[in-house]
Amino acid sequence: MILTILILLPLVGAVVTAFSPHAVARLVGLGFSGATLVAAVVAAVQYQADGGMQLTETYSWIDSLGVHYALGVDGLGILMVLLTVVLVPIVLLAGWRESDAPGNNGAKAFFAWTLALEAMSLAVFTATDVLLFYVVFEATLIPAYFLIGGFGRSGRGRAATKFLIYQLAGGLVMLASVIGLYVVSANDGNPSFLLSDLAAIDIDPITQRWLFVGFFIAFAIKAPMFPVHTWLADTTEKATPGTSVLLVCILDKIGTFGMLRFCLGLLPDASQWATPVVVVLALISIIYGALVAIGQDDVLRLIGLTSLSHFGFIVLGIFVFSSTGGTGAILYMVNHGIATALMFLVAGFLIRRTGTASIREMGGVEKSAPVLAGFFLVGGLAACGLPGLSPFVSEMMVIIAAFDHHWLVGAVAVLAIVLAAFYALWMYQRTMTGPGLSAVEDLDRREVGILAPLALALVLFGFFPMPLLDVINPVVHDTLAGVGVAQEAGQQ
Amino acid sequence: MIEFSKPSIEYFELWPLLLVFGVACLGVVVEAFVPRALRYLTQVVLALVGLAGALVGVVLVARDVKTYDDGAARGVLAVGGTVAVDGPSLFIWGLVLALGIGGILLFAERHLDGGLSAFAGQASAVPGTDAETAAVAAQREHTEIYPLMMFAVFGMMLFPAANDLLTMFVGLEVLSLPLYLLCGLARRRRLLSQEAALKYFLLGAFSSGFFLYGAALLYGYAGSMDFAAINEAVRNDVGSNSLLLIGTGLLSVGLLFKVGAVPFQAWTPDVYQGAPTPVTAFMAAGTKVAAFGAIMRLFYVALGADRWSWQPMMWIIAVLSMVVGAALAITQSDIKRLLAYSSVAHTGFILTGVLGLQASDQLAVGEITSVQAVLFYLTTYGFATLGAFAVVSLVRDAGGEMTAIDRWAGLGKESPVVAAVFAFFLLAMAGIPLTSGFVGKLAVFSVALAAGAWPVVVAAVLASIVAAFLYIKVIKVMYFDEPVGDGPSVAYPSVLTATTIAVGAAVTLVLGVLPGPVLDLAAVAGEFIR
Repeated sequence: MILTILILLPLVGAVVTAFSPHAVARLVGLGFSGATLVAAVVAAVQYQADGGMQLTETYSWIDSLGVHYALGVDGLGILMVLLTVVLVPIVLLAGWRESDAPGNNGAKAFFAWTLALEAMSLAVFTATDVLLFYVVFEATLIPAYFLIGGFGRSGRGRAATKFLIYQLAGGLVMLASVIGLYVVSANDGNPSFLLSDLAAIDIDPITQRWLFVGFFIAFAIKAPMFPVHTWLADTTEKATPGTSVLLVCILDKIGTFGMLRFCLGLLPDASQWATPVVVVLALISIIYGALVAIGQDDVLRLIGLTSLSHFGFIVLGIFVFSSTGGTGAILYMVNHGIATALMFLVAGFLIRRTGTASIREMGGVEKSAPVLAGFFLVGGLAACGLPGLSPFVSEMMVIIAAFDHHWLVGAVAVLAIVLAAFYALWMYQRTMTGPGLSAVEDLDRREVGILAPLALALVLFGFFPMPLLDVINPVVHDTLAGVGVAQEAGQQ
Repeated sequence: MIEFSKPSIEYFELWPLLLVFGVACLGVVVEAFVPRALRYLTQVVLALVGLAGALVGVVLVARDVKTYDDGAARGVLAVGGTVAVDGPSLFIWGLVLALGIGGILLFAERHLDGGLSAFAGQASAVPGTDAETAAVAAQREHTEIYPLMMFAVFGMMLFPAANDLLTMFVGLEVLSLPLYLLCGLARRRRLLSQEAALKYFLLGAFSSGFFLYGAALLYGYAGSMDFAAINEAVRNDVGSNSLLLIGTGLLSVGLLFKVGAVPFQAWTPDVYQGAPTPVTAFMAAGTKVAAFGAIMRLFYVALGADRWSWQPMMWIIAVLSMVVGAALAITQSDIKRLLAYSSVAHTGFILTGVLGLQASDQLAVGEITSVQAVLFYLTTYGFATLGAFAVVSLVRDAGGEMTAIDRWAGLGKESPVVAAVFAFFLLAMAGIPLTSGFVGKLAVFSVALAAGAWPVVVAAVLASIVAAFLYIKVIKVMYFDEPVGDGPSVAYPSVLTATTIAVGAAVTLVLGVLPGPVLDLAAVAGEFIR
């Protein structure tokens, strides 16, 4: 029941916000996101860290097609839920005034669409029926489309269309595989979309491969991975930083989440069959993303492209099939969410002050706005994996697992650390140091309040990743057992 | 030696059909005897009551209809075996009648264009002459449109229920002729409208010729027009196979023309664009429903045993329709033409369901059947199309409806509700989840994949991506583009159009969220009877 409440709260909130008077709409929206946060914490408290699907609820939805309204969370699900409910209020606060600026579609629309997006994302992370997952997976696109198209810089309409076409294309390819699963289950005598029913079927290897391709294409576009990443840069450049946080830090996680749950969970043989190709694509994403990021002049575009590199790491961690890699990948998903959110939001505050997103036109900000520069530096250092900040832990785990997989894979992946230091620090140097803009107003208390929790979380999980690892390890154990990989103790 | 005997007519099972026919005839009488001032009201009320009564009749008949031949199917062969009142027939009757009610409401709309309907004041007046001006000044209008539409509805009910080739041909003609006429009756842009009517008539007559020729050849093959007898002949493999194949091919031409499948789609954009928008709405929805009913009956009932011969043809036509329809729709700059090409693509999607025919022993218990999938898709498509064209009739400028897509820019700000509803219909057509279109696509893709037609499903998925681009393009224009000039203006409709749109949107939403009951209904409808 708690999971249904968790989905309904923001959904109701979106409707109420859309129809409430302009003066209070933002408060109403924030209130609902706060209530969702509370509900998620309640759910997390009920969750037992020892693995398996929990808090499950199952109702028949469409009998004729064997579709169920079935929810449940495992360790991966609960972490993604928590990440979502924490980031949404932060995004709403950050967009408090910005979304009302002239040229945008108004704060009310921004708050309502954001809550709708939150509801759909939570449903994605809790769905345990493949068709329900698909439905809400696609449904996230509509709020995202209107958030991109309605708020941000000029040219956003085109970016929104590009985003939607890419995602729908991936989704429709996946639809073929989803239907394929249904046909497989029907041939097995029990037409059903339920994850637990499907996992019990022994799908023949050739069918698995076709189904895998469909799922993987969709998740690769979502994640995004090279070569289907090109929507990412345009979208993050044109949309508001808040929207980018929702897209990159929450929605894109659906890609890697789906790879773990559907590709590895339902199609283990095909996942192993595809490993060489996926690992190469992941390595290309890691290196290519970092290289392209170095060359960017637009702050938001740069941060967007760094995510390509990070998602490469996550996918690499998933597809090396070791407990270190799997744990590292899931931890990476959480850390990337926090660190990238910090980067986007600081950059947003910076752009609002300087009036430009061009790195070339900035400089010397740290003199007049040291607090802003400080947060920017923390975000940048987190991106390049400085020890003591949480991304370091996950990045190390993935790289170690990559070396275990094959020394060459590890050697290539490790290059990214150098490149990351280059893009992060060089961006800091060009925007914050040296001569340039004078008299940039520093962050006010509200803005510090928005950023501080994120920065604190980076430091906290940098030193104490254990609570996260305790939740992650059972999932990785179960997933790898399903794939049939023998393994050692669940952590480094 | 042929003996003639008087057929027994099953009045109870047929009364919805007969009621519609009776009301249509009564409408003609009304034209002749009721004073001009009262005709509009009389005709509209008569038509609505007739359709609603027939709809009630369908429900009553459906509750009472017997199991046929102790099998899984239910129904009755009426009028000496020429009309099959079975589950699929009744489902399609109900659907056609519901769409017909929506059509009448749109026909009767007089608020959008200064108190006049969308139809010509005096069809016989040459465009641009004094006679036309006089007719407009006198606020004349043709109330014959209502009986004409009732005849079309009658045809749409007879067509899918026909159980032999001749009855099917009669149904085809009865549904087509009134539509040819209605297409030419637009008040605005009359030359375009008349051109559309002529084009539709000439090509339609031509395709009817194909149908008749095919019927003759099939008669030559089987020695009977009756579907059950043809099925027997096919099973026992009597006669010349080439007669069967050529006959099947020619019949397909006639039927596929009606649904606008590639390569018989050329009339669709011109006719959809030229016809008065209420006619386009009704025709696009109703004809497709009826014609797909007929296609399924002919191919499943008469030619089901020969499906290895016709399934490959359907594969090719389905793929062509989806790809050509979606690709050409992208290049359109007129919203009605765009929807016309998108309907061609939808024809392909429905054909994907039609070719998913499997023998019942190949299906798992509870697995969705192709009849069920196609009937469901037709329901979703019918209501979304009716609603979408109804919205098109609202967006206007001084010259009447404004159908150029780039002039729709800024509609999202000018009229958020109209833009949102239209965007919703477009998303349904694109097959986005939580709209009916998604469940429809899911159903037809499932049956096609289960029947092993995976290349068609792959093509369908690719075509869906192209089609999605097209619908999103229109949404982008409405919401994110800057208006050209004054921007679009939205006419406030009366309760008639508003009801049609609201019902269309509601059905589209409900079938997207809770499709269970209608899917079950389509499952209960069961199989065709012979």
